[in-house]
Amino acid sequence: MATYTLNVNGKTETVDVVDGNMPLLWVLRDKLDLKGTKFGCGVAACGACSVHLDGQVTRACVTPVSSVGAKRVTTIEAIGQSPVGQAVQKAWLDVDVMQCGYCQAGQIMAATALIATTPKPTDKEIDSAMQGNACRCGTYVRIREAIKTAAGAATADTREV
Amino acid sequence: MADGNTINTSRRFFLLASAAGGGLMLAGCVTAAGDTTDGAPALAATPAKPAAPPVDMNNFVAIAPDGTIRIMNKNPEIGQGIKTMLPMLIAEEMDADWSKVTIEQGDADQARYGNQIAGGSFATPNHWVPQRQVGAAARLMLMQAAAARLNVSIDELSTEPSMVVHTATNKKIAYGDLVADAAKLTPPDPATLKMKDPASYRIIGKNMRNWDSPKIVRGEPIFGIDTVVPGMKYANFVKCPVFGGKIVSANIDEIKALPGVTDAFIVKAAGAPIPTKMGLLDGVAILADDWWTAKEAAKKLKIVWDEGVSKDESSASYDSQAAELAKKTPQTSLSKVGDAAAAMKTAAKTIEASYSYPFLVHAPLEPQNCTAHAKADGTVEVWAPTQRPDMGANGAFSLISTALGVAKEKITIHMIRCGGGFGRRLDNDYAVEAAAISKQAGNIPVKLIWTREQDMAHDPYRPGGYHNFKAGFDKSGNVVAMTNHFVSFGRPNDAGTMTILASANSPPQEFPANYVPNHEYSQSLMMGGMPTGPLRAPTSNAVCFVHQCFIDEMAIAAGKDPIDFRLELLAAPAPAGSAARAGMNAARMAEVVKVVRQRSGWDNRKSLPKGVGMGTAFYFSHQGYFAQVAKVKVEQNGAWRVLKVWSVGDVGSTIINPTNALNQVQGSIVDGISEMHQKITFDKGRTQQQNYFDMPLLRIDYAPQIDAHFHPSNNSPTGLGEPALPPVLPAVANAIFAATGKRIRSLPIVQKDIAWT
Repeated sequence: MATYTLNVNGKTETVDVVDGNMPLLWVLRDKLDLKGTKFGCGVAACGACSVHLDGQVTRACVTPVSSVGAKRVTTIEAIGQSPVGQAVQKAWLDVDVMQCGYCQAGQIMAATALIATTPKPTDKEIDSAMQGNACRCGTYVRIREAIKTAAGAATADTREV
Repeated sequence: MADGNTINTSRRFFLLASAAGGGLMLAGCVTAAGDTTDGAPALAATPAKPAAPPVDMNNFVAIAPDGTIRIMNKNPEIGQGIKTMLPMLIAEEMDADWSKVTIEQGDADQARYGNQIAGGSFATPNHWVPQRQVGAAARLMLMQAAAARLNVSIDELSTEPSMVVHTATNKKIAYGDLVADAAKLTPPDPATLKMKDPASYRIIGKNMRNWDSPKIVRGEPIFGIDTVVPGMKYANFVKCPVFGGKIVSANIDEIKALPGVTDAFIVKAAGAPIPTKMGLLDGVAILADDWWTAKEAAKKLKIVWDEGVSKDESSASYDSQAAELAKKTPQTSLSKVGDAAAAMKTAAKTIEASYSYPFLVHAPLEPQNCTAHAKADGTVEVWAPTQRPDMGANGAFSLISTALGVAKEKITIHMIRCGGGFGRRLDNDYAVEAAAISKQAGNIPVKLIWTREQDMAHDPYRPGGYHNFKAGFDKSGNVVAMTNHFVSFGRPNDAGTMTILASANSPPQEFPANYVPNHEYSQSLMMGGMPTGPLRAPTSNAVCFVHQCFIDEMAIAAGKDPIDFRLELLAAPAPAGSAARAGMNAARMAEVVKVVRQRSGWDNRKSLPKGVGMGTAFYFSHQGYFAQVAKVKVEQNGAWRVLKVWSVGDVGSTIINPTNALNQVQGSIVDGISEMHQKITFDKGRTQQQNYFDMPLLRIDYAPQIDAHFHPSNNSPTGLGEPALPPVLPAVANAIFAATGKRIRSLPIVQKDIAWT
């Protein structure tokens, strides 16, 4: 048994785990009851578990809780506390991105981090930042449009046709 | 109505159950505020309840005195948008103010709601009339109540959103003020109800956002995997890597002693495992206070398996058996019109081609999971992300009832939002596992979650298949004959008769059968020992690819434009002796083909550089007509990307929720292209792919631009979960041929096979 103190969504949380290798994903979901971060693959191959560590997109399913330390953990539950996160949430609703919605927490986390560092992302930058996030329903047309909407940019797809 | 949660059964009456599967029952019963919170009482995000309890107008609609209207969604939500769409139908005909509507998920209850299933794109055609009747009945009763209160004839009344209006005096009464009286009235005979003129629709045809999206962007716990029941344990369940294998022994005591593990035990299959069918199989359940600990403990398991009948299955063996069978006389003739063999002999030209496609896995992004509580009192409560709670032996009720030996009446199933379905959750193996584990664990609630690797290894796979085509032409390039020897998988049924596996068929009326003067479709089966089942657009997702690609080869052989050639075929008269054309209306199909030709700029494609090509295909499935054109770019090294897809669909007169309808088409196109990268293979009875790194999903950088268009026709509306998917595969494959001269005859596409110089 080991005890870790984490900074999650601005709050200090203390968790007891059997093993410090337990990924942050399962600490969030099963210990802290923050179910918004999703399990999809367990091997950082789908992006459903994306969270921010000090603002950087991180795959929580392969991040041992012992490695988090004092880094600020931000999850989908608190993404609306930042102006960019709020704009992304609103764009996701305005564009009506969702089908099943299961991957979308991860997509929103990745999109928010992208716009925070690249306020007007190009299509190429969107491709590069978002290609780690799979959507099994195939809502990519709308994810692209929603990112541009959140960034206040023209929504036309400028890639080669 | 202050009678708590009890239903006043003395005043319950049923009006009708429709034959179309979407049974409508209006029950004049009264309940207090429901305890329904998206089907899962323990979920955190309970919507704010109106101050005064809502009054049930019928099984679907309750209205609170403050005007809030609660509409129950009867069907499983898997991402197809049904939770938004069915209530739109009700709200439209009751003339509800949509801003006052709240939608809640109904539990699995066929007596109350009629059939509940997400499959076959059936929800739209089966509910288009019955759900609107539910709304129209409620509206009429509200108007009757208003007529009585105002002491006027009902003919003097009309409605505005959530208001009954007395036209002469412009007096308005809100629905919330009428509901107490209206709910006491006798519901009308649905057959007598007058439906709205579509021109006056205020909700149908408007873009209504996916109902749960606000919760999703906030990360609220609304999926099956998010379910929390007080006192529950988390479980993983380890089954034999060979389908249907049985446990000989396992190191249970060692596992139980691991830190954090609260229990571990062997679960035995309910009855003998049935080859190729999903149900409760042998396995080891491991329980812990968090799921990761249970899953990690599974790594220490040492199980001796009796691997059973499927242990020698391999894809290499399938391929070689298929090649041998193709050389032999077919086992069965599926359909025969005219004399194809004779016509081939006298044909001016013949072509032959063999096509194949692999097994595929569903892999919805939310791994299989279920929370269940087999209680000490003999009842079972289940929180299941399922596409089919009831209906048939593979429905959750039947599986759990059989495996646990409890009557169906003792089982409660809450249908929780699914993180994708695609047909996977028509099978409920994970639900019966959760229930069996809960019971064996000592009647404690259990949340079972599979790993992604377990999901890949234990799927009702889309079966592979092999098609061997031949076509003959006269001197003018007209088709005189076509044959297909289809090789697939079967298994002896209980009576010992070789029976084709689920979703492993190729319909004998597949186009262009019955559009050419002579054709013969035949079939041979090899033994298959893997579970199979419907994947989104089952059968169609495979056979459309091979037929619409071979039609492209036929067009080239005939020296004709692929669209002209298809239109000529569609215009051909049915040959003497031909069977029904599988319900496809050739004129509707020709119409969407012509529209996509125009929208895509098909006739200007000759100017494209080498390496860029356009291809086309059409398909009729799930009562929908879709024609598509794909534009693909192939680099010299064979790297390829779909640049754009144009899609034109005819699904009847009305697109009920256009934003969601377009989303379904866009998603189907991405899904179809994704399938061109995927395969599932077997060796020694084991699935070889493990996770999304070797079973890839298309990503945003490879998703094309999409022009999705609907071409309405004067027909009743039909569904959109599936029919837009099948044609994209052959359209893309045909575009690759146009770009490179390389014909795609098997999937997945292998990059080096389409390299060009």
